Amino acid sequence: MSWFWHHLDALRVTLARLARTPVVTLLNVGVIGIALALPVGLYVALVNLQGLAHTLASDPQLSVFVALDAGRADTDKIAARLKQHANVRQARFVPRDQALKELKASTGLADVVDSLPQNPLPDAFVVLPRDTAPQELEKLRDELRGWPKVTHVQLDTAWAQRLQAGLRLARLTVWLLATLFAFALVAVTFNTIRLQVLTRREEIEVSKLIGATDPFIRRPFLYFGTLQGLAGGMAAWAIIWVGILLLNGALSELAQLYAASFELRHLTPEDSVSLLAFSAGLGWFGSWLSVNQHLAGIEPH
Amino acid sequence: MISFSQVTKRYPGGQDALKGVTLTIEAGEMVFITGHSGAGKSTLLKLAAVIERPSSGTVIVNGQNVGALRARAVPYLRRNFGLIFQDQKLLFDRTAFDNVMLPLAITGFERREAARRVRAALDKVGLLAKEKSLPVTLSGGEQQRLAIARAIVHRPAILVADEPTGNLDAAHAAELGELFRSFNQVGVTVVIATHDDAFAARLKPRLVALKDGKVAA
Repeated sequence: MSWFWHHLDALRVTLARLARTPVVTLLNVGVIGIALALPVGLYVALVNLQGLAHTLASDPQLSVFVALDAGRADTDKIAARLKQHANVRQARFVPRDQALKELKASTGLADVVDSLPQNPLPDAFVVLPRDTAPQELEKLRDELRGWPKVTHVQLDTAWAQRLQAGLRLARLTVWLLATLFAFALVAVTFNTIRLQVLTRREEIEVSKLIGATDPFIRRPFLYFGTLQGLAGGMAAWAIIWVGILLLNGALSELAQLYAASFELRHLTPEDSVSLLAFSAGLGWFGSWLSVNQHLAGIEPH
Repeated sequence: MISFSQVTKRYPGGQDALKGVTLTIEAGEMVFITGHSGAGKSTLLKLAAVIERPSSGTVIVNGQNVGALRARAVPYLRRNFGLIFQDQKLLFDRTAFDNVMLPLAITGFERREAARRVRAALDKVGLLAKEKSLPVTLSGGEQQRLAIARAIVHRPAILVADEPTGNLDAAHAAELGELFRSFNQVGVTVVIATHDDAFAARLKPRLVALKDGKVAA
């Protein structure tokens, strides 16, 4: 039972200490909150971009253009071969007349198209592959290129690959920033606790003299670091939340102009809990380092 | 209960504070350690409470060899003691009540029961009315009595005081002496180091005189 009173007491003492110096506490929490909000904000942006990229690039497809002089028999043969190919999920035939009609309808170039003496478009197949890994897509493209009466195979994954590479870079940046700011959080906590240990030197000495164990003396400092980290995490969460709220207001206007609906998503509950656990853990770690380093030097004599 | 045998304490720098002291203090005794400053009185008390360790010889408290005690066990040994220091070592950023609460917080007492004991200790030294006062607002005698309340609140078996009358006039010293006697009467072992002969003579305790680090009589 006594450990319960110990922890309750440590919590009470710590909250009292935090409340006794509200300005310092607020500043520390603010610094930690802002330091955490930077990588977390970038992470939120990344998650949203990834979601967007996923919906755009979920179905890579190949366009297979047939030679202009190919006859019905040739296109049938190609259709049959595509149907039997192991890596082709679906192949849709687009006859040249239909392609021209779609062009006229979708681009507003009706006048230009009408003025053409003849249909310049070839017959084509739109191929959905089974395996969408970039290497497999390229292999399929190269293979189809070699078929008779196929003039051109277009694989529109270049932009998707660029996007993926960009996202990888952004992910790396998030990790680098997170590492740096995690270090900053530990350093801030370390220093706060160092100052506290120094100002409470007398109290620590007296406590040791009347039979306080090291864990007892360490406990309020660890609580302090952990609570400060946790509060910093909450501040970061609040900063992100307000940021998304403001951005979504502006975004919905922009999205309306493009007749699209797009909204930034907030951190998921799992991510929020991770953020809080992470910041509290780092606060604990910083205070643990500090208290171990500075407590050893204080012995009554 | 506390026994020193052939105890020598040499501080870094080569100065011998104690030279082969052998002394036994039984449970329930009241012992005054007298002698001039520098005779080794404080060192003797510090060895008992493991604030210092002997250079040679053995110090045994409650059957435990203090010199060989592991660092983790030291706090638990110290809880047998109520320590009263010459400079009191009160915490000036908290009330009288919270100063006395400290030993109970350390042992993890339930708060309401602890508060009851704190008030009982403050009452015993006549400071109940001042529980909310900060130590700076108390007089020298009151501060010393507050230090005593802190030393007895966890009901230790041994009360150790180093020059408790250091800054007090004769009347206050006499008051303090009565207080120590009342603790001794309920079975607490009381060990007091003092150079105040008048204070020592009044209570008629067992006297141990130290001279140049040796037991003189």
